[in-house]
Amino acid sequence: MAAQDQNWAKPAAMAIPKTGYFELERGRYGPVFPRTPACYGFSIIAKVKEGREDAVREHGKTIQAAITATPEFLAPLRLHYLRWVLFDIGDGLTFQYQGIFDTDFDKYTEDAVQLFGQSGLNTVFTNLEGFPEDWQENPDSFVTFVREHHFPSFLEYGEYPYVTADEIKKALRLKAAFSDMLDQMQ
Amino acid sequence: MLEFDDIQHILLTRTPALTGRYEFLSFGNPAGGRAWLSELIDRVDSATEAIAGMDGTQRWITLAFTINGLRALGVPDESLASFPGAFREGMAARAAILGDTGASHPGNWVGDLAGEDLHAIAILFARTEEEHLRCIGVHDDLIARCDGVRSLSFLDLNATPPFNYAHDHFGFRDRLSQPVMKGSGEEPTPGSGDPLEPGEFILGYPDENGPQANLPQPEELSRNGSYMAYRRLEEHVGAFREYLRENSDTPEGADLLAAKFMGRWRSGAPLVLTPDRDDPELGADPLRNNDFNYKEMDLHGYACPLGSHARRLNPRDTAHYMNRRRMIRRGATYGPALPDDAPDDGVERGIAAFIICADLVRQFEFAQNVWINDKTFHELGNEHDPICGSQDGNLDFTVPKRPIRKVHKGIPAFTTLRGGGYFFLPGLNGLRYLSSLGG
Repeated sequence: MAAQDQNWAKPAAMAIPKTGYFELERGRYGPVFPRTPACYGFSIIAKVKEGREDAVREHGKTIQAAITATPEFLAPLRLHYLRWVLFDIGDGLTFQYQGIFDTDFDKYTEDAVQLFGQSGLNTVFTNLEGFPEDWQENPDSFVTFVREHHFPSFLEYGEYPYVTADEIKKALRLKAAFSDMLDQMQ
Repeated sequence: MLEFDDIQHILLTRTPALTGRYEFLSFGNPAGGRAWLSELIDRVDSATEAIAGMDGTQRWITLAFTINGLRALGVPDESLASFPGAFREGMAARAAILGDTGASHPGNWVGDLAGEDLHAIAILFARTEEEHLRCIGVHDDLIARCDGVRSLSFLDLNATPPFNYAHDHFGFRDRLSQPVMKGSGEEPTPGSGDPLEPGEFILGYPDENGPQANLPQPEELSRNGSYMAYRRLEEHVGAFREYLRENSDTPEGADLLAAKFMGRWRSGAPLVLTPDRDDPELGADPLRNNDFNYKEMDLHGYACPLGSHARRLNPRDTAHYMNRRRMIRRGATYGPALPDDAPDDGVERGIAAFIICADLVRQFEFAQNVWINDKTFHELGNEHDPICGSQDGNLDFTVPKRPIRKVHKGIPAFTTLRGGGYFFLPGLNGLRYLSSLGG
């Protein structure tokens, strides 16, 4: 639903069942995870392969460099935010990949395979246990890995709910254009 | 490197057929099914044969099978299990994913296409009505000779007048934007993109990302094969025309609204190139009628609405990885044309099309799921494809316009899916493999 239907000015929260969805609705690769006041997204949590901590951290710099060189590098994924976290609660290093985005779960994953496959950048997932070695030739295995390691939220909240990144950028562009117009009228 | 002599012609050619029939078949036992297949194999045109005989051939045959059909012919379980999950499930079972709900739900399909008994399709195209009738007679005799083989249903096809160009019952010119394969000998028309790797459409070749993975086994069966999604889409011509009349002030306004829904004028002329009035000469000119983009030429959709049919099914430079989403479209119209001024006569008419691709989920189902039936496409919010999306009367269609856009509320369904299926289209060697099973 677009912002105008959902009243972006009215904060909204959604408590989500354990399954990650309210009613089973089939998507191309599995159940459809609903759009929430905090948009689409996922939290992928998986064990890091032994000795790969530095490689995972290094990959953060790789992505930073890619975005610096080509700011629209991740545009196909239609992201709002990425948050990557490494933690160890006593049974080995774990990686959490939280992404908030505006396309559905399966499309995001398909596009990510394509994006990282083409860029030659590889994916941070190659440092994770259970990640398929042949992900580039076998995109379905990437999708399966992501679905198997996704932990659905049980609460999502949006201060400005159901607004896409494109809509936010449009609003800010409009504001900038108005400011510019007012400047020109001085 | 494309094996033209092993690839069924439908993948690489368009024949000058004006009439034809889709025959949907069921096999009562493997031997009978194989007997039917064995007699037809030599008459199935490869691409080589179809191209060589294009000027003189009177009829063309294409054969394809559902997963149940492959099983019914005796394909072993381990081989069946090597086919992709979506194909094994079949189109009816995946209706919810495809948006085939309400009147389009498989429970409402005609011709026994939603059931387990659907095993094969024989596409019989003919150049003339006379040849069409002859072929049907010959095929009926063949069915009668083969133990356990029966026709579940058939659909007779016919081009709609005027016959000098392909168009649907709504009057829109068809076949304007087709992908071209590397090595096919075809040149893409301007604006149609570079030729694509054959593996996007045919099994056994590299695709745009490299070698294909997980090909069905044995290779003898899968090589030079492909998948076809069949869609029998009824077009509610009377309702479409009535909607246009009621929502416009003049006949020109009605034509413009029709074009806004489609993204092109009925002549085929793209709105991006001629936003205010039709240009039939442009519409008919393959060197110009597909030569445009959206990002630079019509970003906001003032010419071609963001949610129009053509823009959804081929977003061109406003979508990523388009080369992984292309499909080959074949098919024909069926049912009598509804004269321009006639009220709806209640007779079914529409398009019976095949969408051909190497990966049903990544290509066909993606288009249904994300391009046709995703409300959030281009941030539209409450829209599906106005021509072929699922419509329950509660969705909108937005026509961007300066100074203020026009939102059409409560779009009715202009089309209904009356049947469909997932078919595997083997190469000629694949057909021979199938006919020799159990031997």
